[in-house]
Amino acid sequence: MATGERTWQRPTIFRTRRVKWAVYAGLLAFFAWSAVGIGFDPSRVLQGIGNTAVLIGDFLPPDATARELDRIIAKMLESVAMAMVATVTGIAVSIPIAFMAAENISPKPLYALNRGFISVSRAFNAIIVAILAVKAVGFGPLAGIITITFKTVGFFSKLLAEDIEDIDMGAVDAVRATGSSPIQTLLYGVVPQIIPRFAGLSVYRWDINIRTSTVIGIVGAGGIGSVLLTAFNRYDYQYVSAILLSIIVVVLFAEGVSAVVRRRYQ
Amino acid sequence: MLHVTNLQKTYDTGDEALRGVTTSVEGSETVAMIGPSGAGKSTFIRCVNRLTEPSGGEIDLDGTELTALDDDDLRAARRDIGMIFQEYNLIERLTVMENVLSGRLGYVSAWQAFRRSFPPADIERAYGILEQVGLDEMADKRVDELSGGQRQRVGIARAVIQEPKILLVDEPTSSLDPETSDTVMRLLTDIAADRSIPVLINIHEVNLALEHADRIVGLHDGELVFEGTPDDLDEAALDRVYRGADIPDTTTDGEGSTETDDQEVPLTTTGSTAGGV
Repeated sequence: MATGERTWQRPTIFRTRRVKWAVYAGLLAFFAWSAVGIGFDPSRVLQGIGNTAVLIGDFLPPDATARELDRIIAKMLESVAMAMVATVTGIAVSIPIAFMAAENISPKPLYALNRGFISVSRAFNAIIVAILAVKAVGFGPLAGIITITFKTVGFFSKLLAEDIEDIDMGAVDAVRATGSSPIQTLLYGVVPQIIPRFAGLSVYRWDINIRTSTVIGIVGAGGIGSVLLTAFNRYDYQYVSAILLSIIVVVLFAEGVSAVVRRRYQ
Repeated sequence: MLHVTNLQKTYDTGDEALRGVTTSVEGSETVAMIGPSGAGKSTFIRCVNRLTEPSGGEIDLDGTELTALDDDDLRAARRDIGMIFQEYNLIERLTVMENVLSGRLGYVSAWQAFRRSFPPADIERAYGILEQVGLDEMADKRVDELSGGQRQRVGIARAVIQEPKILLVDEPTSSLDPETSDTVMRLLTDIAADRSIPVLINIHEVNLALEHADRIVGLHDGELVFEGTPDDLDEAALDRVYRGADIPDTTTDGEGSTETDDQEVPLTTTGSTAGGV
């Protein structure tokens, strides 16, 4: 009785309760400032909903002439081909970069250099890279392949490097201890440990690349995106929805394949 | 065979893991290195084949000064040192055979290694050793399907196929149950006797050391505090090894005290000379 009731509160990750509420208030203020700043106006949302209904009417049903259909198929194949080529070239470039960007097996300066390159690759969205690539090599799928390759390297070598950093160094030590050369040590100590992730990442990136390859045509870097842009510009909405439908089918198919393969492999 | 003189290791963190250890392993004896965790046992073994780079001292293996070797010569020297690890350190996703054959990597080209095309003589050796450790049925199994005891036997096979001049064994039993531990220790000493090579085993279980070793060395806090036969290891010696009892220079331990003297004398002379100049 003398001690009275003891109370307990869950400790917060912020230092004190006051800091916690200050952070929440700050976040709310940031949101409010942003919404006011961009002129967020609920009445326009309501108006937009009305327009959307009309637009959906214009979009349906999807329709394309025989010639348009041929064009969709040809350009979609171009997208798929771009994605495939760029996945292979991107992974080929990524492998050495990933090894050099892994802190546990790479010397410091080389590590910093490659991490820097990866950061640059990840900083730009594919569309920005595509605009630059089109400026550099002109319209068409070559620009697309360059774009997707560049983006693949940023993604793939970062994740692969992190996997290399997570490997069991004990096995690597043991292989080194037999008197093996650095290359043999990589082949026996490192590679077997990262193979499953490598396979999974490859398929995953292929599926992302298919999605990217359907978009970058909008800025002229080849593939189905260019057809989409012309259709939009002509206000030919039924054609647009036919194209969108084809994109959905291809992307879903790629995602499905990717999901199945990754589940099998891990 | 193996002569280690005044071996020192200070890690980048400032940890002094070894403070000048001098000892040797000869002929085909089994030497157990005992000591509490953190005494520097693993560091000692890893320094011998320079998986960990020693900060000072000399390591002489069969007439070769290991600390002075460049990369190529070090690789050649490592082929003569078989290492066995506490956590087995096998390549989990490879087969038993690949793990065992990796002990021959020092003798094949990178391309052969990549193609897994080892010379028939190596394959023959591998099967022979697998039979000796009782795993000949398991050659094509992946290592991650094996039990702890089986894995350690793969680890032993990988070290033995090197046909080393010495086996260095780091806590081979601490991940195993008592019965398997005993089998593994017996296997190690048998193999050593079979091939008449010496074995240096780090172990913290004193009873296993007493039972299987010809000689025992004791480390405490990076210093050699005991060296002798299992019979010499009395209560006082155990106290020095495990509790670091502060009276090192009494009975058998003449060696320990001279060692500290050796270390201190040159230090003070260089110190005073430097101060004088």
